[in-house]
Amino acid sequence: MENKAEVVIIGAGINGCALAYELAKRGKEVVVVEKNYIAYGATGRCGAGIRQQWATKENALLAKKSVEIFEKLSDELGYDIGLRQGGYLIAIHDEEGMEQAKKNVEMQKSIGLPVRIIYEDEIKEIAPILDPKGMETIAATFCPTDGHANPFKTTYAYAIAAKKLGAKIYKFTEVKDIKVKDGKVKKVVTNRGEIETKYVVNAAGAWSKEIAKMVGIEMPNKPVRKEALVTEPLKRMFDCMVISFKHGIYFSQQEEGQILGGIPSPEEKVGYYMEPTFSFLKYMAYMLGKYAPPLKHVSILRQWTGFYDVTPDALPILGETSVEGFIQCNGFSGHGFMIAPMTAKLLAQLICGEKLEMPIDRLNIERFKGEITEEKAVVG
Amino acid sequence: MKIVCRCEDITEEDIIKTIDEYGCETLAELKQLLRLGMGYCQGRTCLILAAKILARKTGKTLDEIMPSFRPPVVPVEIGLIGGEDGE
Ligand SMILES: Cc1cc2nc3c(=O)[nH]c(=O)nc-3n(C[C@H](O)[C@H](O)[C@H](O)COP(=O)(O)OP(=O)(O)OC[C@H]3O[C@@H](n4cnc5c(N)ncnc54)[C@H](O)[C@@H]3O)c2cc1C
Ligand code: FES
Repeated sequence: MENKAEVVIIGAGINGCALAYELAKRGKEVVVVEKNYIAYGATGRCGAGIRQQWATKENALLAKKSVEIFEKLSDELGYDIGLRQGGYLIAIHDEEGMEQAKKNVEMQKSIGLPVRIIYEDEIKEIAPILDPKGMETIAATFCPTDGHANPFKTTYAYAIAAKKLGAKIYKFTEVKDIKVKDGKVKKVVTNRGEIETKYVVNAAGAWSKEIAKMVGIEMPNKPVRKEALVTEPLKRMFDCMVISFKHGIYFSQQEEGQILGGIPSPEEKVGYYMEPTFSFLKYMAYMLGKYAPPLKHVSILRQWTGFYDVTPDALPILGETSVEGFIQCNGFSGHGFMIAPMTAKLLAQLICGEKLEMPIDRLNIERFKGEITEEKAVVG
Repeated sequence: MKIVCRCEDITEEDIIKTIDEYGCETLAELKQLLRLGMGYCQGRTCLILAAKILARKTGKTLDEIMPSFRPPVVPVEIGLIGGEDGE
């Protein structure tokens, strides 16, 4: 293993791998250390939906600029990432929801997103299996350029492209400590040796809180367990992702035809508890049956658990900290896959001293010292 | 050509090629890359075969390689498990 690098990235999820690529592309010597294997964390357990319909401008812009990158990514990386743009259909259930939706749509349109409010007829046209009554919906918002990519393929695509440009990715290498001297990061200590470095990027997902502690930084993030399930493959029935902020449900039909989705479990727990629960399975099946009655005869094959790395405002924590060279790239809550391409680009620009394509100061960890604006458009 | 995973149509060559190309050391990585064991039978027939190939290629023991199952262990219908009232 290398004992020196310009940048050490902790975590080989979508964010660590995308950043490794963006840095290697800029000629930086990068080492990624991962305690398990690539996409072991939330990335390998996620819905991999790509949504630009956010309530805060920061998230909406990060997602929009990421979609622009996703659209060219298979070509850029020379590896098919399985991008499909079937849109996101977001259910609106009542007047209050309509109010918020109108506000969101106005902001989203102002940054150039092709979003619109649709009603029962069009909902049924876009996804004939949906039952607006069972969904208890009065309307929906729809953005046709939202979509989905294969999380494994996208992460491997970045990882392989990064390696070709000279980045090193070490699996089964766990960070145990980070040495700081005179307020600057010096060394990353792993179970397989030490790496001297100028920059350490904390891209450890739901474990980022523990990494930050190693340099004496307290983080407000919480690991929140989320379950998901997948059915047997079916012939293509609909192309969009269906979600509801009120019910917390999301589901879509994947490339190979299976339905994948999730909903907050009735017995939501905070902490690293991995066991799947029957209550989730039962509740999700019940809600799926209400949203899309034809699915009642479909079999569920598998259920699993992953972790959201949740911040108090559901916005990511990006950028520099009080420890020189210690860079945050975490706190992605339920949407760290969809904004990874732009996030990686911005952090690479920051580390390389380039001009940033959009400001990220408002996403700095220091914001929690003041008043925060919370992202309301969250699911799952 | 020896089929290892019938549900997802994956051969022994596919597995060996993927192990060599990506440096896989775990069944989880083969699942991610090939959809191995993610078909209708949930790997009941193929995972042990794939584990043997991995053991041979990596020098690990079968115990180190064999996976944990993700329930439901048998496929269940949405309508049956969800019921009508969500109770
Ligand atoms: C069920 C579910 C559904 C989701 N759906 C979506 C969705 O539809 N769209 C979307 O955009 N997002 C979704 N998300 C969120 C998304 O998965 C995450 O935000 C994103 O994958 C985070 O990526 P990451 O690279 O930052 O972290 P992770 O993928 O979690 O990677 C962190 C890595 O760090 C490693 N690590 C931890 N500690 C150490 C250590 N000490 N040393 C070395 N390595 C370490 C871990 O092993 C892990 O591989 C979902 C999440 C879940 C759980
Ligand atoms: S034989 Fe591999 S999943 Fe069924």
